[in-house]
Amino acid sequence: MSTKTRLDPAIYRVDFPILNRKVGGKTLAYLDNAASTQKPEMVIEALSDFYRNRYANIHRGVHTLSEEATVAYEAARDKVAAFIQAPDRQGVVFTRNTTEAINLVAHSWGRTWIKAGDRIVVTMMEHHSNLVPWQQLAEEAGAELAYVSVTDEGHLDLASLDKHLEGPVKLVALTHISNVLGTVNPVEEIVARAHAAGARVLIDGAQSVPHLPVDVEAINCDFFAFSSHKMCGPTGIGVLYGRPELLEKMPPFLTGGGMIERVEREKSKWADLPAKFEAGTPAIAEAVGLAAAIDYLKSVGMEAIWTHEQDLAAYAWERLSDTPGARIIGPPAKGRSGIVSFTVEEVHPHDLAQILDSEGVAIRAGYHCAHPLHQCFGLPPTARASFYFYNTRQEVDRLVTGIRQAQKLLAVRR
Amino acid sequence: MSDLYRENILDHYGNPRNEGVLEDADISHERQNPVCGDVVRLDIKLEDGKVEEARFRGQGCVISMASASMFTEKIKGKTISELREIDEQDIFDMLGVELGPSRFHCGVLPLRVLEEALAESEEV
Repeated sequence: MSTKTRLDPAIYRVDFPILNRKVGGKTLAYLDNAASTQKPEMVIEALSDFYRNRYANIHRGVHTLSEEATVAYEAARDKVAAFIQAPDRQGVVFTRNTTEAINLVAHSWGRTWIKAGDRIVVTMMEHHSNLVPWQQLAEEAGAELAYVSVTDEGHLDLASLDKHLEGPVKLVALTHISNVLGTVNPVEEIVARAHAAGARVLIDGAQSVPHLPVDVEAINCDFFAFSSHKMCGPTGIGVLYGRPELLEKMPPFLTGGGMIERVEREKSKWADLPAKFEAGTPAIAEAVGLAAAIDYLKSVGMEAIWTHEQDLAAYAWERLSDTPGARIIGPPAKGRSGIVSFTVEEVHPHDLAQILDSEGVAIRAGYHCAHPLHQCFGLPPTARASFYFYNTRQEVDRLVTGIRQAQKLLAVRR
Repeated sequence: MSDLYRENILDHYGNPRNEGVLEDADISHERQNPVCGDVVRLDIKLEDGKVEEARFRGQGCVISMASASMFTEKIKGKTISELREIDEQDIFDMLGVELGPSRFHCGVLPLRVLEEALAESEEV
């Protein structure tokens, strides 16, 4: 690895005001980035500046502010399209978050094309957001919901995928990176196999777009969803990328203002893409904030971010492996993302998270919105540390020290 | 170290009181907390309309287990109508600590088990 791609988190930490905060008298070590990431000054400032100087509602306003806001909002769309290598800005739809993006596809595309007897394929490692909408759709349509199994090592079992691809399969919905295991799925390969079987593919990119370079054209998927708040951007805005030719044929998800071309008494004509899927006043300032977040991430460099997180994950793997009683869930250190879930013998993850919190270390504990995965591995609730480019090896050390403190404190049980 | 892990709580967690089951229980109920998977089963034996004996069995974090242990002591000798009056504030008083939103459900789990058990016995 060339030293050029090495990233020094100290350079970027100063951009994040919250990282100066003390928690329980200790400097914050924020290791809950898979849930949401912190915001750099640049994004906070972009939101503030927009509201202070440029804010108005977009579209069809003739006045200066409305025009400026419209330009800023649509420029954010261009920025998103370029960031994920989307071939066409018409395919970039702003939603509230990943969950809403997936629901849009389930309601609009799903309720149009999925019929009784069809099969929807998901995987055992899905977040509830890429599972429950398909469960609902399958139940309503009388379709079958099939699960691609996960190997003991935490990878998708591609033989099980192939089996489910035989027959009336219409859709494969899967995550790019598991929010529990940190597994990076071979999405290009899976898309190729699914397409060969005649199925469409939706990819949940909530844990990938913030952390590594993503090229939706190379992946060749039909739908791709992600959230702004997990990539240094504001809450309240997410993205659905869809092939324009599919989006064209889909009915609207939500209806009302902004998504129509003409309204008559009995019926309406829908607006062109992507406005057709953006009913009501959208998250305008948040789109501007997301654009600022993308600029910021590009200045850090997505390759460098990915390399740094893999380094932290490998280091955490090594330190946790040396911690008696700790057990890491998911694939071996190499090639996984910066998500490290684990259990600690005799220490409930909620107690661990609480004790770590008193040391200023923020992690998450529980089922991480992935009940089926925990059931299939027979897992109790787990603790999860998840890294971003502003995290350091010293923070991993503080995590491990905290685990040992928790073990000592709770060693009272008979 | 966190306020939550004070001595009395760790003592009940480390040396749970009344742990086990009652084969001849008059009230027996189990509940799982969907948030974290913690489970508490409560067995109660009545005598002259009062709690003669209470046992718990469960799996979970320090707070839910300590709370269950303390709870079995707290309810001993109470009548059914007194059991119905126990509320969340009583649990905080019993634990000696106010629980925030993230640990609230752990502390009140034994109370929820009792409430469900009483609601069910009412239906019968």
